[in-house]
Amino acid sequence: MSDFSLVILFASVLATAAPLIIAALGETITEKAGVINLSLDGSLLLAAMIGFMVSYETGSLIMGFAAAALTGALVAIVVGIFGIYLGLLQVAVGFALTLMCKDLAYFLGNPYSRLQGPQMLSVKIPLLSDIPFLGPVLFQQPLMVYLALLLIAAVWWYLFRTERGLELRAVGENPEAAYTRGIDPRRKQLLYTAIGGALIGIAGAAYSLGIKPGWGRPQGIEGLGWIALAIVIFGGWHPLKVALGAYLFAFLQVIGITLQGVWPSVPAQVFQVAPFPLMIFALVMINLLQRESVQGWVSAHPLLQTLIRQLQCSPPRALGKSYRPD
Amino acid sequence: MRMQGLKRHLFEIGLILGMVVLFTTLLLSLVGASPLEAFSHLFAGSLGSWAKFSRVLNVWIPLTLCSIGLLYAFRTGLWNIGVEGQVVMGAIGATAVLRLGLEASHPLFYLLAALLMGMAFAALWALFAGWLKVRGGVHEIFAGLGLNFVAMGFVLWVIFGPWKRDGIASMSGTQPFPLELWFPSLPGWRVSPFALGLTLAIILLTAWVLYRSRIGLNLDAVGRNPRAVRLFGLSPSRYMLLAIMVSGALAGLAGGLQVTGIYHRLIPSISSGYGYLGLLVVMLANFRLAPVPFIALFFAALNVGSIQLPMMMQLDSSLAGVIQGACVLSALLVFGLRTLRKRGPSDE
Repeated sequence: MSDFSLVILFASVLATAAPLIIAALGETITEKAGVINLSLDGSLLLAAMIGFMVSYETGSLIMGFAAAALTGALVAIVVGIFGIYLGLLQVAVGFALTLMCKDLAYFLGNPYSRLQGPQMLSVKIPLLSDIPFLGPVLFQQPLMVYLALLLIAAVWWYLFRTERGLELRAVGENPEAAYTRGIDPRRKQLLYTAIGGALIGIAGAAYSLGIKPGWGRPQGIEGLGWIALAIVIFGGWHPLKVALGAYLFAFLQVIGITLQGVWPSVPAQVFQVAPFPLMIFALVMINLLQRESVQGWVSAHPLLQTLIRQLQCSPPRALGKSYRPD
Repeated sequence: MRMQGLKRHLFEIGLILGMVVLFTTLLLSLVGASPLEAFSHLFAGSLGSWAKFSRVLNVWIPLTLCSIGLLYAFRTGLWNIGVEGQVVMGAIGATAVLRLGLEASHPLFYLLAALLMGMAFAALWALFAGWLKVRGGVHEIFAGLGLNFVAMGFVLWVIFGPWKRDGIASMSGTQPFPLELWFPSLPGWRVSPFALGLTLAIILLTAWVLYRSRIGLNLDAVGRNPRAVRLFGLSPSRYMLLAIMVSGALAGLAGGLQVTGIYHRLIPSISSGYGYLGLLVVMLANFRLAPVPFIALFFAALNVGSIQLPMMMQLDSSLAGVIQGACVLSALLVFGLRTLRKRGPSDE
């Protein structure tokens, strides 16, 4: 444990969490508008591959990110059109897409596996990065980390402090009422599904062009999309709590890698699955807290009550239900 | 009336296949491969000879079992996405029993006990996901997925830990079982006739249970209207747990047959993704039993045929998965357009 350092630990938690936050916030926007995009895990992988391929061919990181965002948006639009306009089960469409995008990524990415391509380097912010401890943790990171932090604030601001954010939430909670107010719920839902998908695409490229550079089979990010989906529930569809959840899971992942050094005989995959039971446990806890019996016990402890009120959440009321104007 | 229904069915199937072929042709042209060559490899690699077709049947058996299990869960409205992990747990349960029977004088007894233990293991694993849904309020998609990853970690742990091969622990799996503990297959066949017969029997039994029996009626009622079911004195959550356990048991049987009949040892990728693929089969079958065996056969042929692609054409074998996904999406599109047209074009 001699080379264990808090600086490295915190720095890698911030970096590991960045793509997870971007993807989970994308899904939060989509679900707040009332649509479940279950294709996240597959489109993350496909966008990672497309992002790497395009930036390898063009030599431009920006082109790679743009192509990845477009990929994510296109997949999301398929979910949107099938789910919102054709009235199909959003979960079914999303699940079929997640498997198909994964295979499509391996199929199209075959010639690009194990190539050395462009990748994002850490950005050192002058002066600030010289601060002891905080400097290396906060100000010497890939650009993605700063983007993720900005996005948390931006999504929160948009959802809860702007007129359009109010409309977004209205469409997700009560599309009929929104319709009578002159909003077209389906167009709004399709728009925010596409925007959410674009963010998922950017997250994919953040892996293949930064956090886990390159392309291969397996890429090593399989399953992370599901984690991101769970984090959205864990965070109660609130951008700040979603971000907190992402940092928590990133922390678990990094700790897992550290522990692997302590017990080298245990295969890496065992540590990689560690976040999943914890995710289930967290979801059970959140549900238990909403029980009346627990509520009664809690109300006797005022300090606990404020804490638990923070943890409570309910999904957008129209989530997953396709709206049909009569 | 019946003729018209049949005509419409055939038209829809043709439409779906047409879209899939068009999409696949475009995709292959995009990567600079000859579509005709790829299609002929897929065909010859799966149906070209009896040996190849028996390999297809070996995929068909676990895929059909998983898909049929899923039908039970879907009846009650449950998305048993955990079927993948349930296959793995079934394989672990079966392996545990076979390890006890290494020196035994009644290998057949241990083989059957292994299958039963696999079913029990997987049913309990499925019950856990169902219990998390019914009592813990965790959506079964997340409970199931989480448990899939846990099962994956578990199988790796037993292969690298307690059941590791003498000397080296590796991804190639546990020590292969002696020949006495293999399910016998006929000379020239790669398929175990026992597994094939069992699967056919389960298809027929399921047809009776789901469409003719009281239990099937109740399962269906739970899926359609849980509140009304309660008025009749039935407990929806009990039927959900029953359905997901049957679903898990059939997945476990698939896992057990993978160990006893195909690989003759426990390997990390023992489930081969049949659980997830089964979900696609059932969706493409529009949640009905009759098309399941045929779709499973088609998907199995794609899986086996695509094994040739990397060698012959330097293409990734995941083309099979892309075609399967395209089938499901095209079918969903056709089903969606059909219901849309029925409702009338009101304001579309």
